[in-house]
Amino acid sequence: MSAETEPAESTIGTETEPAESTIETDLEWRGVGDDSEEVTRAAGLKLARSARTLVAGLLRPRMKPVVLALVILVLENAVMLTGPLLVALAIDTGVPAALDGRPAPLAWAVAGYAASGLAAAGLRAAFLLVSGRLGQDVLLVLRDRVFRHAQRLALEWHESYTSGRLISRLTSDLESIDDLLDQGLDGLLGALLTLGGITTVLLLIDPVLAAVVLAGFVPLVVVTRWFQQRSRASYRITRTWVARVIVHFVESMNGIRAVQAYRREARNESIMDQLGNRYRDANADALLTLSWFVACVRAVGNLTLALVLLLGALRVTGGALEIGALVAFLLYLRRFYDPLDQLAQFLNAYQSAAAALEKLASVLDTPVTVAEPTDPAPLDRPRGELRFEAVTFAYPRAPERIVLPEFSLEVPAGQTIALVGETGAGKTTLAKLAARFHDPVSGHVRLDGVDLRDLADADLRRALVMVTQEPFLFSGSLADNVALGRPGATRAEIAAAVDAVGAGFVHELPEGLDTDVRKRGGRLSAGQRQLVSLARIVLADPAVVLLDEATSSLDIPSERAVQAALETVLADRTALIIAHRLSTVAIADRVLVLAEGRVIQDGTPAELLRTGGDFADLHAAWESSLR
Amino acid sequence: MPAPSSQAQSSEPPDPPAVTPAGSTLGALRRLRPYTRPHRRALLGSGAAALAGTLAALVVPLVTRRIVDGPITRGDLSPLPWLIAGVVALGLVEAALLFLRRRLVARPTTAIEARMRADLYAHLQRLPISFHDRWPSGQLLSRAIQDLSTIRRFLAFAGVFLVVNTITAIVGIAVLGALSWFLGVAILVLAVPLVTLTLRIEKRFTAVARRAQDQAGDLATVVEESALGIRVLRSLGRGREISARFLADSRGLRGTQLRMVRLRAALWCVLVLLPELAIAVILGLGTYGVATGVLTVGTLVAAVTIMTYLYWPIASLGWLLTEAGNAAAASRRYWEVMDVSPAIVDAPSPVALPAVRGRLEFRNVVFRYAEAGPADPAIGTEAAGPVLDGVDLVVEPGETMALVGATGSGKSVLTSLVARLADVTSGAVLLDGVDVRSLRLADLRRAVATAFEDPVLISASVRENVALGVPDASDDEVWEALRIAGAAGFVERLPWGLRTRIGEQGLSLSGGQRQRLALARAVIGRPPVLVLDDPLSALDVHTEAEVEAALRSVLGGVTALVVAHRPSTVQLADRVALLDGGRITAVGTHRELLVENETYRNLLSGELVRS
Repeated sequence: MSAETEPAESTIGTETEPAESTIETDLEWRGVGDDSEEVTRAAGLKLARSARTLVAGLLRPRMKPVVLALVILVLENAVMLTGPLLVALAIDTGVPAALDGRPAPLAWAVAGYAASGLAAAGLRAAFLLVSGRLGQDVLLVLRDRVFRHAQRLALEWHESYTSGRLISRLTSDLESIDDLLDQGLDGLLGALLTLGGITTVLLLIDPVLAAVVLAGFVPLVVVTRWFQQRSRASYRITRTWVARVIVHFVESMNGIRAVQAYRREARNESIMDQLGNRYRDANADALLTLSWFVACVRAVGNLTLALVLLLGALRVTGGALEIGALVAFLLYLRRFYDPLDQLAQFLNAYQSAAAALEKLASVLDTPVTVAEPTDPAPLDRPRGELRFEAVTFAYPRAPERIVLPEFSLEVPAGQTIALVGETGAGKTTLAKLAARFHDPVSGHVRLDGVDLRDLADADLRRALVMVTQEPFLFSGSLADNVALGRPGATRAEIAAAVDAVGAGFVHELPEGLDTDVRKRGGRLSAGQRQLVSLARIVLADPAVVLLDEATSSLDIPSERAVQAALETVLADRTALIIAHRLSTVAIADRVLVLAEGRVIQDGTPAELLRTGGDFADLHAAWESSLR
Repeated sequence: MPAPSSQAQSSEPPDPPAVTPAGSTLGALRRLRPYTRPHRRALLGSGAAALAGTLAALVVPLVTRRIVDGPITRGDLSPLPWLIAGVVALGLVEAALLFLRRRLVARPTTAIEARMRADLYAHLQRLPISFHDRWPSGQLLSRAIQDLSTIRRFLAFAGVFLVVNTITAIVGIAVLGALSWFLGVAILVLAVPLVTLTLRIEKRFTAVARRAQDQAGDLATVVEESALGIRVLRSLGRGREISARFLADSRGLRGTQLRMVRLRAALWCVLVLLPELAIAVILGLGTYGVATGVLTVGTLVAAVTIMTYLYWPIASLGWLLTEAGNAAAASRRYWEVMDVSPAIVDAPSPVALPAVRGRLEFRNVVFRYAEAGPADPAIGTEAAGPVLDGVDLVVEPGETMALVGATGSGKSVLTSLVARLADVTSGAVLLDGVDVRSLRLADLRRAVATAFEDPVLISASVRENVALGVPDASDDEVWEALRIAGAAGFVERLPWGLRTRIGEQGLSLSGGQRQRLALARAVIGRPPVLVLDDPLSALDVHTEAEVEAALRSVLGGVTALVVAHRPSTVQLADRVALLDGGRITAVGTHRELLVENETYRNLLSGELVRS
């Protein structure tokens, strides 16, 4: 049993508080484990910072379209400003002139207005095109970056982060950023523009009244800060709960057979209700915060307007201000507060997206611990000699528990080794180190004398392939699934690989190799899935094969066929087989019996049987089970 | 006992649609009604607040104008305090209405989203395995998460304004017509082509939005598979390939979304143009009217003012309509799944199941996979050979029957028929002489516990994992099941005992431990019939003995059908049935069959390749 009890989001840093072993009563079913997603203030600030860095990094190379969008918006606003002027011109000058028999001014004004309308429409469309493309480009880069980074992160990370949360990062979190980019840019750029422009105009018209308006900024800033904190907190909670909803959803759908067979539907529904209601409440809280915010902004705006009206009236009667100037001031003031509503909309979308960005940034900030070398050593024709040199290993999540202490082993090219030992003896760890799923704490794992850490990933994977215990099938045809072993393999090669592992069942499927295996290979039996995963190896044709025995669900003849095939396939390859069944041992050149990270027996199967000991005992027990 | 007709039921669920079904946006949105109805007061209230807010926002400038024209111009400040108080009051009312508009929908819309998701989830749990095998997981996930939040956002904001703004525009134009029928007609003439154009663009937008949502679903599938299959990808070094595929799919989605951007731009463009052109037309025609004496200058000014006020409500329809299109496409995707009727349901008048003795009978059972559903006419229904072709087998009460057959011979399918995880194509499975299809599903599945090849754990406590379908089981019952399955020992040693979270998000257990938990899961509540699909598959030689002992204790006193690959498992059974070529070709004890049956000997003889 491997203990995976480290803080889930440990990758962010030390600020995350390890959750206590307390559980909320209605979430009792989740059981006790670690749920460290509480965000402290300091951690919150750090999260916000990394999210901002990410945004800046995404926008920096795209300043051109950002500026272009801004310019278009300025032009659009300018055009919109000319409209009322042209209307005034038409009515004040055009109509009297037309009555006098001079239609030209009116015609010009109308034509001018129509032209400004056309320009406004064109500019609006242009802005949407530019900002839309910008948003989609940013989203594409972000999607790609997070996905690729997750693919490069150590397996260890995946095990503690868990698939459900990664799925939620790559779907729901990215979607909320999509929303922001979809509608937010307009609000942000528009509001910024208006704020800057109109403040200037107000200051030019009447500095005293403008000072009143600027004083109104103080409560505005206070309210905005309050809103940002409250709504960011709410949206962080939504991210956590939507991730749990997704985890529950994905787990239920993947385990649908068990759900139905064990009548878990009702229980699952009540769990989904709990999770969904938390998500709902967090969302509603965010929306309520938004409604307070919007109302406060509007109230501040309207009160400022009243104050300006009062002061303005006094100043006009006192002779310090022209009426015209006051009217203009009031009109502009109204325009000033209108986009604040838009800005609130943007801020809301931003808070939601920022909570998501924080999560994405924390994934992106996770260092790739098992990284590719910058200057890889060449490996042209791998022979397949595998060497462990004084390898010490402990899982990063439990560094004090040494799994392999100073382990040394030499596997000559072409040898087939069976690893035998109890759960926890270190068999799987050994295979994972050889496959470079992990790097040793000290010592070296070498392939043909080259440290695995010095090999390019592509070279390493070409030379060495591991077959994991659970044969995961991807949706698509059977051929697609086998071809995963070597993308670009020809049809004949795929068919040959399938035949090599004795997967004769393929020919009985209605569409042969083209049969859709359905979700997770649901169309195939467990044994058939194992054969597919073995066929992948044949196609991959590596110098070293690591086999975490994947033959357990096969019937005996199929297993025999696979073993015969393996014997041929492994003949000129190095192989490390984690033997769960002793039948596999039969094809090995050499058997290692492991206990607590050490080799306690080493020899050919025949030798070990002769000398007695653990292996001989196991073998005897196994033999008797066959009768 | 009347058995339901054993006719072939071709009630296979449909495949995910390959072609986008067309339909009206309004029709798709109307289907949300069952969910919006309980909240219609709040939604209508929000709409009313929005309308009133629009009005209040109109009144403020009017009062302002009065102040400027009156007290300020005349220099008489005595009414000023009252008027200012009026402005303050109006301003606060406007803010309050704004608050109300959002506040009223905050809880209802999130509640609608949660309700729809809960219903979708409940429905999916009831759809048969064959449905789940066909529908890509990401397509289901994206419906449950992305589509529903699209609908929520639409209801909270765009939906309200779509109605309010449309009303505003229509009322505004009507007022205009009342002022001057001449101008009203002119605006209508102008509006007709533009509105037609708008509707056409909107229709295309909805279709493209649908495509984008489908692509987002496919992307979610890639994401899910890349996360769940990470070990395989890592082993084969296929990180680059899957990343490339993800990127290609993301590019595809981006392409579709850029098409949406273009359509949205076109829509806005038209809708900005409409009020702008209307104003120009009013100016032109209006001044002509003034010049010819049909119109007064005052009417002209009023008309222009109205049109100016209508500018934003009309122009914003561009954005609102795209939101409606998105929501309509999302609604359609939602209902596509909700409209699939669960093929495996209770019989109309189910037979009660008294004390179960546990006699299990397969009578001429035929099963065939439907290779392609009706939604995929391009391929057509494949005449695939039946997997099971007339299986006859009886398991007597209390008997343990091992089921042996080559890989892919249909053993797993056979086991899934007992608890109706799939239904027979023809023939019948009978429990105590009653066709399982005429029983209540809940009764049947309480009587029959099925354990699978792959013991799936959920991310929850040990207790929850064992008491999967009986959440009210007592701790004692859970411990008893654990003891029978030989799992009590290691559970006691877990850090928090029964409360320890296991599964992907918790502690990971070894294959042997998982297998024993799966057995405990099967025996809790002591069901009279056990169906175990290869319960020893994921074991290594060290734990096999433990689980075997557990299994022996589990099988005592119940009827059991056990899929077996190994002689050791077979030896737990009283009799063995050999499944070959879709039929049971032999039944007998292990010894008998070893002697009499060539195929059986081949499948189960212990003589392996030895070096």
